[in-house]
Amino acid sequence: MTAVLETRGLGRRYGAKWGLRDCSLTVSEGSITGLVGPNGAGKSTLLRLAAGLSRPSEGTVSVFGQPIDPNGTEHLGRIGYLDQHRPIYGSFRVRDMLTLGRKLNTEWDDALAPQLLAEVGIPLNVRVHTLSIGQQAQVSLAVCLAKRPDLLLLDEPAGSLDPLARQQLFQALLGTVAERGTTVFLSSHIVSELEPVCDNLIILAASAVRLSESTEDIVATHKLIIGGPGIISTPGVEVISTKTSGRQTHLLVRGVLPNLGPDCEVLQPDLQEVVLGYLTQAGQQSAVSDGSSTDSAQIGVLP
Amino acid sequence: MRFRLDRHSGLPAYRQLVDQVRHALRLGVLCPGDQLPTVREVVKQIAINPNTVHRAYRELEQQGLTEGRPGSGTFVKRSLSTVPEEQPMLQRRLEEWIDAARQAGLGDEAIEALVAEALHTSEEEEP
Repeated sequence: MTAVLETRGLGRRYGAKWGLRDCSLTVSEGSITGLVGPNGAGKSTLLRLAAGLSRPSEGTVSVFGQPIDPNGTEHLGRIGYLDQHRPIYGSFRVRDMLTLGRKLNTEWDDALAPQLLAEVGIPLNVRVHTLSIGQQAQVSLAVCLAKRPDLLLLDEPAGSLDPLARQQLFQALLGTVAERGTTVFLSSHIVSELEPVCDNLIILAASAVRLSESTEDIVATHKLIIGGPGIISTPGVEVISTKTSGRQTHLLVRGVLPNLGPDCEVLQPDLQEVVLGYLTQAGQQSAVSDGSSTDSAQIGVLP
Repeated sequence: MRFRLDRHSGLPAYRQLVDQVRHALRLGVLCPGDQLPTVREVVKQIAINPNTVHRAYRELEQQGLTEGRPGSGTFVKRSLSTVPEEQPMLQRRLEEWIDAARQAGLGDEAIEALVAEALHTSEEEEP
């Protein structure tokens, strides 16, 4: 698989604070990759760096096999980037928004945006600010898709939309990328909506990549163990997160489990539980990062 | 043929699509010669990754149930429908049985558990 987007040791600092640190990842051609993480994890920073809209403080970003030239515009024609604030002009009519898109881009599919908007019943002669939030999201996505990019970078494309509008937005997006095999890299903090959409998932927390893998493998390689307090260590099993309440301990683990005996219950977590486990871990680590307790990454399980 | 996606079943999405086609073939909702929806149609219907649909269709083809005809789509090759003559009778008897179970005070969950248990037992008895 060819890499369409590749970052190595990528970091971006805002003053004294790192918005993203030591980020190495690959997005392969034709895949749909989801980026999840809490607010402030660095998702927008990463997407802006990938679009070439922001310069790295350290490390590199390559798109289509070439390092991004911060002064160049070559890559811009092939990348569609949609900011989370959906930059469309409220006072414009929808039709004028499309004209603007056509004039500002070298590549433009004149038929596509009107067709996408007709499918969801958005007229071209109304002003953008009179549309619902969901409709505005459809307009900004249509502008982004009409440019026929090879790489689509979408920052929270369905953020602040109701469930129906989210569904409609994903239908429009996926229906269009299905035809051309466009590579998509999108962020969201709603994990359940990403599961059927994404081939791969990247978990970002506290400015660092926690996990980057196929959605299917993420679910298949993790297990949830519920057991008593006497859980001791076993090599080869990585504990992702631990929650204890009273005499019961819940462990999210990864690896091949030994026989745990009758006192433990082993469950298959869903994607959301796995992601939450990693985010909890990141929270715990950043809370104790100045302490000396760094020896606990390999606790295992036995009753 | 209309697909649906259960986001909380724990089954991979492609597996759900394969199962739904197999189910439709078994019930006679899909028959040999019928065309499956195009990948784009499925994607637009249930907002799912196109690669997942491709994978499900590939698997159905490997199972010998469908065939892809370049340029025109995916078509049903073989049915999974069981002896159609007896099906209405079997369905009627099952419905009678369910009525009897309801009258005895069983809920849906208890009925499903009984059916699953019976299927499991008869599987074990088979040589």
